[in-house]
Amino acid sequence: MEIHSQVHARNLKKFGEYRPEVVVLTADLSESCETGYFRDTYRDRFITCGVSEQNMMSIAGGLAREGFIPFVHTFGVFIYRRALDQIAMSIAYPNLPVKMFGFLPGIMTPGGATHQAIEDVAVMRALPNMTVLDVGDVTEVESVLDLAVSIDGPVYVRMLRGEIPRLFPATEPMRLDTPRVLATGTDVVVLSSSICTEEALRATAALRAKGVSVGHVHVSTLKPFTLAKVADVVGAAKHGIITMENHTVIGGLGTIVAEQLVELGLRQRLVKLGLQDTFAHGASRRYLAREYRIDAIALVEEVETLLGTRFGITEADLAEVRIEAIHSSAKAEAL
Amino acid sequence: MPSAALLERNRIVARGIRVRVLEHTLKNSGGYLSQACSSAEILATLYGGVMNLAPVPKPLTPRPFAGVPSAGNTNYRLGNEFNGPHQRVSDRFILSPTHYSLILYAALIETGRMDPDGLAEFNRDGSSVEMIGAEHSPGMEVMTGSLGQGLSQGIGMAFGRRLKQEPGKTWLLMSDGEFQIGMVWEAFQFMSHYGMDGIGVYVDVNRQQCDGAMSSVMGLAPLADKLASFGAEVVSVDGHDLAALHDAALTPHAGKPLVVLCETDPCREVPELRNLGGKLHYVRIKNEVERGRYEAILATLGQAVG
Repeated sequence: MEIHSQVHARNLKKFGEYRPEVVVLTADLSESCETGYFRDTYRDRFITCGVSEQNMMSIAGGLAREGFIPFVHTFGVFIYRRALDQIAMSIAYPNLPVKMFGFLPGIMTPGGATHQAIEDVAVMRALPNMTVLDVGDVTEVESVLDLAVSIDGPVYVRMLRGEIPRLFPATEPMRLDTPRVLATGTDVVVLSSSICTEEALRATAALRAKGVSVGHVHVSTLKPFTLAKVADVVGAAKHGIITMENHTVIGGLGTIVAEQLVELGLRQRLVKLGLQDTFAHGASRRYLAREYRIDAIALVEEVETLLGTRFGITEADLAEVRIEAIHSSAKAEAL
Repeated sequence: MPSAALLERNRIVARGIRVRVLEHTLKNSGGYLSQACSSAEILATLYGGVMNLAPVPKPLTPRPFAGVPSAGNTNYRLGNEFNGPHQRVSDRFILSPTHYSLILYAALIETGRMDPDGLAEFNRDGSSVEMIGAEHSPGMEVMTGSLGQGLSQGIGMAFGRRLKQEPGKTWLLMSDGEFQIGMVWEAFQFMSHYGMDGIGVYVDVNRQQCDGAMSSVMGLAPLADKLASFGAEVVSVDGHDLAALHDAALTPHAGKPLVVLCETDPCREVPELRNLGGKLHYVRIKNEVERGRYEAILATLGQAVG
């Protein structure tokens, strides 16, 4: 598995070269949100706002009204928690093309509850006109800018920074409301998003080695999301469906899937892995993933419970799983 | 000094604003009357020579509400057509406290931008002439009314126009109560940092807010000093003195935003309002005795022109 770093930093600079209408706004987290290369290259299109997110959001709305495409960068919490009214009225209501890049989704920071965006999907997807994207690997970080600007309206992106794995081929960019079918299976189907997809890949590989038929779908568009596009994949699961998200289980991927299962009339058991209606605290990603059960071993345990079996898979087994970039199934691409 | 003819025209507009809002308040047994009393001269001045707005070919009729904005709503229109088409040199206007919408509509009528019949659509179901207007309401082009957001949106527009090297300015009408809001000071901090002089703000300093007198709710003094310390060019004027209101816009403010603090009387020319014990945000006419008094005042103000 390839690991890349400064992916957004390099991509944003490249993007700025051929999109002169893109302006970048930051709130005292320029380097933390990988905007340094853009800043150093396009000084006049880089707007530092200081620690004043409410002002920044409404300014972004004003810039969009004059034909610019503002790329707002800060930690996710300071977008949707600090400035929700400004997002709702200055950006979302008028359906303006403001693209918000919320860093540190879920447990991605040891900064604790103040810095961890754990209910951002729930909040942002409730806003009319808002699109919500949740990237899971290098390929998606590289392609999310093109996708975001292609959308007629505001977009909230749960962004990854630092060292990121490439799970999907660079030739298969992220597409709107196009879940990636990574595997089909008849026992259990897993729907995962964000960093949970890498964890789920380890777990599903180990389970498959034990003879379990596991389907796996990666979801990077949380709104709009059309479960019907993968209804045949999901519907094949005899024992149940497991959602796995770097977010609270209220209002995120698990909720979205639950809503649409009912709407589609599918009567399958659903298990939601994620923060179980709790805040988290400051600790390492690995530690928090274990504590809050959004890691590979937690997924193995849930599959074992659904199947009523124990496979004896250890954390050491999971760590040894080799992950290569996975092509989505052709069938899903055609959908 | 503005010409005598301009001042006379603006005086007639201001009088017309008060008359139309008072007539409306009588007809509906309630309305945002005190805001008209305090801001009539400010709006008359902004529309009467301060703002460089393209003309409209004839007084426009408000459109029916065409749905909220969305990617699929191609019928959606902003209300800024009443301020003339956007041009590189033309100014923008933002009414920040849209509780003043009725007063803006009256000003649009008095300045020949809206058909007088448009006011009959006020607060009528399915109309764009909303009570607390939105960006599709006559004379508006951004979502304001959630107080404090108008200024920052205006800054974004002004910043964008500066990047595009457009000379037009952005003018706002704000209320003094909005200066209790944290983000307003974030906005001034920003304008100071970026040396933004493409913005002018007229503030209706009527010292009133929804709960009553600001001094009893949350005092602001010394507002002028605070604004100056945040890097604004601040001018204080009598908010009913048309010549002073006009000249304030000419104050040099290179590298700084201009703020005109307009000291106003929320009972101006409608003394009956002084009997309300300071509760002026929304005036209700509760009985025939009160109605008679307001009707008598209307008779003294005379009929609106146009």
